[in-house]
Amino acid sequence: MRDAPSPDRPVLQRTGAKDRTLAASASERSSRWLASLQIWVAIILLAIVFGSALLAAFVTPYDPNEIGLDKALQAPSVQHWFGTDQLGRDVLSRVIWGGQVSLFLAACAVALAGAFGTLLGLVAGYFGGAVDRAVMWIADVQFSLPAVILALVLVGAVGPSFTNIVVVLSLANWARFARVIRSEALSLKSRDFVLLAKLGGASPLRIIAYHILPNVLGTFIVLATLDVGLIIILEATLSFLGLGVQPPDPSWGTMIADGRGYLERAWWISVFPGLALMATVLSGNLLGDALRDRLNPSQRRRW
Amino acid sequence: MSDLLRVENLTTWLATESGIITAVDDVSFSVRPGRALALVGESGSGKSMTCSSIMRLLPASGHIAGGRVLFEGEDLLAKSPAEMEAIRGRKIGMIVQDPMTSLNPLFDVEDQVGEVFRYHLGDRSRRARRPKVLDVLSRVQIPAAEKRLGSYPHEFSGGMRQRVAIALNIACAPKLLIADEPTTALDVTVQQQILALLRDLQRETGMAIILVTHDLHTVQRFCDEVAIMYAGRIVEQGPVAEIFARPAHPYTEGLLRALPQLGGQEDRLPLIPGQPPSLASLPAGCRFAPRCRRATDLCRTEYPDWMATAGETRRSACWYADEVLG
Amino acid sequence: MLRYLTLRIAQSIVTVLLVTMIIFVIIRLIGDPTHLMLPPEATEADRELLRQQMGLSDPVAVQYWRYLLQLLHGDMGMSYRFSLPALDVVLGRIGPTLLLTCTSLAIGILVGVPLGVASAVRPDGWIDFVAKAIALFGQAAPPFFFGLIFVLVFAVQLRWLPTSGYGGPQYLIMPAIALGWYSAAGLMRLTRSNMMEVLTSEYVRMARIKGVPERVVVYKHALKNAALPVLTFASLQFGILMGGAVSIESVFAWPGMGKLILDSIANLDYAVVQAAVTVSALMFTAINLAVDLLYAYIDPRIRYA
Repeated sequence: MRDAPSPDRPVLQRTGAKDRTLAASASERSSRWLASLQIWVAIILLAIVFGSALLAAFVTPYDPNEIGLDKALQAPSVQHWFGTDQLGRDVLSRVIWGGQVSLFLAACAVALAGAFGTLLGLVAGYFGGAVDRAVMWIADVQFSLPAVILALVLVGAVGPSFTNIVVVLSLANWARFARVIRSEALSLKSRDFVLLAKLGGASPLRIIAYHILPNVLGTFIVLATLDVGLIIILEATLSFLGLGVQPPDPSWGTMIADGRGYLERAWWISVFPGLALMATVLSGNLLGDALRDRLNPSQRRRW
Repeated sequence: MSDLLRVENLTTWLATESGIITAVDDVSFSVRPGRALALVGESGSGKSMTCSSIMRLLPASGHIAGGRVLFEGEDLLAKSPAEMEAIRGRKIGMIVQDPMTSLNPLFDVEDQVGEVFRYHLGDRSRRARRPKVLDVLSRVQIPAAEKRLGSYPHEFSGGMRQRVAIALNIACAPKLLIADEPTTALDVTVQQQILALLRDLQRETGMAIILVTHDLHTVQRFCDEVAIMYAGRIVEQGPVAEIFARPAHPYTEGLLRALPQLGGQEDRLPLIPGQPPSLASLPAGCRFAPRCRRATDLCRTEYPDWMATAGETRRSACWYADEVLG
Repeated sequence: MLRYLTLRIAQSIVTVLLVTMIIFVIIRLIGDPTHLMLPPEATEADRELLRQQMGLSDPVAVQYWRYLLQLLHGDMGMSYRFSLPALDVVLGRIGPTLLLTCTSLAIGILVGVPLGVASAVRPDGWIDFVAKAIALFGQAAPPFFFGLIFVLVFAVQLRWLPTSGYGGPQYLIMPAIALGWYSAAGLMRLTRSNMMEVLTSEYVRMARIKGVPERVVVYKHALKNAALPVLTFASLQFGILMGGAVSIESVFAWPGMGKLILDSIANLDYAVVQAAVTVSALMFTAINLAVDLLYAYIDPRIRYA
């Protein structure tokens, strides 16, 4: 004897329901599409910024420091896409050269801060105990001194040379690396492959270098990518305040400062370097977030 | 006697990494007032998703694609969210698996139990709620309840937390309590206490219970009816005593054959050779066929119709139900 | 609770000690402090006198100890520029900075947290989209650039607000928004990700099972849990805002501590720089301590641990 209901396929009685699911998956798909669009826009923007900064000597239409008072404060035009500043210098050329200065400074500072912070984080996480407490306390101290203020005072004390700026920027930024890498090292050191290496008689140095370091590289890359934006902003702030890159060398921060007095008559002097900075930092952040999602799937769905 | 809850052709989709799967596939069963129904099946067989569908509390990736859930004659799937809020916790309660995570760590017990009275019975003042909270806590046998009102979940043991969870679910005397593996996360001795408490409460209040479990001993002692789920579908259902005495589906048969060898508590179902199929790539015919020693070509190509067996009270989704029955 | 309290206060004291040590090192050991402590036009005899007064021939540890004792008495040296105790100069400027940073933080919280909640409740909805855009842009540029853009649009073009200065609320609007945007962005992101996590938790599910109205589920059960890390983050924001205030105060001629630090560095008035940095670090540590204690008050797991 047979009994209803029909077993073959479920009967879709509630029609609205199916449409809603399809709509939901469509929005899911469109948000994924949007996410990958974002990443591509970020990569293309970064390629343009980095490419033109690297090739500044070849792509800039004018000498960035060539002064021509007769053509000062010209609005954007075919000859000067981004206009000219108060000394008649071509803003586009200065934005590109300024990008070279800002990016190079930021790259050096991120590398230094990252290396220093990662090293301390690895040591603190692996050895624990008093070493750990000491490192974390120093990190706390860095956190309790606002980065901008710390950097200002340091540069004020040692003077704004290129090396000094790099060192100061890294001193104000290493602690984030140390904290995150420490907690990773802490969880890695009790994993089987590390314990096995320990049993095999490997020295702490070897274990850190061969077993722990390779496993924190992904995290390091994510942190570094996200840090580039922060350091570019910090460097621009220092330069804006006159304690970073010194004139006549262009940097985005000094250029924004240059235009402050001309906002009413020549907005382009400040706005274009600011937009270049924004595009770079925005792309860096987007890329960093995407990398984090890729490497840490558990943290997905955070923007 | 009319049914308290009648689930008809319930079908629930779930979006997963490997595409959309049908987690609950054309499931139908009913529960009468004051009775206990067991939902038995392996992990991933759709038991919990069935419960969540009844409560309309699916995860964001889930979606009820069809069917009806008739509670006291009204379709819950047609209710507005506000109407569902009025039903949940008042007419239908639900206890979940892990009492360590199901209570909010930041609010004390009085607050979390009292909320039920506040939002269902409109008792706005904490003082007015207190006697009711104390009463329901003592009904779930929490010792010295008046001293524990201000305690936070982390100050309770797992068993005590599950009692609190039961308390806030029976506070409004619901007609139906869904218990989704209420003892799986607990110690063996505590498991028995919680089950005994549920049985006492059922006798006291006359509520119906749907008990999701892995443990066939519990089913035997506790429940009147049983529905056995496999890969998203119910394969056999009927009165516990009859099905345990004479199964009419090879899967049930396999489960029961393994049963006597097991002593005491088991949190997993007895082993049957092979693995349940992935819901993302189901076999064409009967889903149990790849593991079934009775399987024929018919089984492998066509899903079996329901076969009413042994009178009108039982159903089995097996082409050879009568042969299995013997 | 008492143990946690003592431990946390001890920790703060150690942090403050380390901070003073670092400031001491920066100020005293980089170059000849007499160059920093005296005006550039001071004579060599003045310098020698100062060196003796400051006991610079003593061991560093002794010097640091003396410096700490002076600090305890509120003595942070004299500002040559104002001919006043450096601490008094700093305390005179603390009001405007606190007004600016607290307003900015309030904007950050009032914008960031509700938007974060709203976008977590409906991910991929239009609020989520708008919030994401606000967050992305807020974290993409330094506050002073937003400040300049605001001046360009709202003061120069539209003439709605004064370009700079200190006074009524109309002077506060642009600097506070320019500074608060960055915090709003971070708070929004953190609130959103915490809420999304908490909204899938078992206790939120249990609240729904109880039939608690959805608004209570979101704003009571979920938000209180999601807010704990946000609270810590907000207290860290305070330090970032104090840093950002330096450039914002410079753009808007806001007479606060940031501008004071900047002017004092330019004028080599290092007693004031030292006092200002010490005071900001003290304030920041105190706020972090206060927030941690508040945290313990909210979270019973810490309170009774």
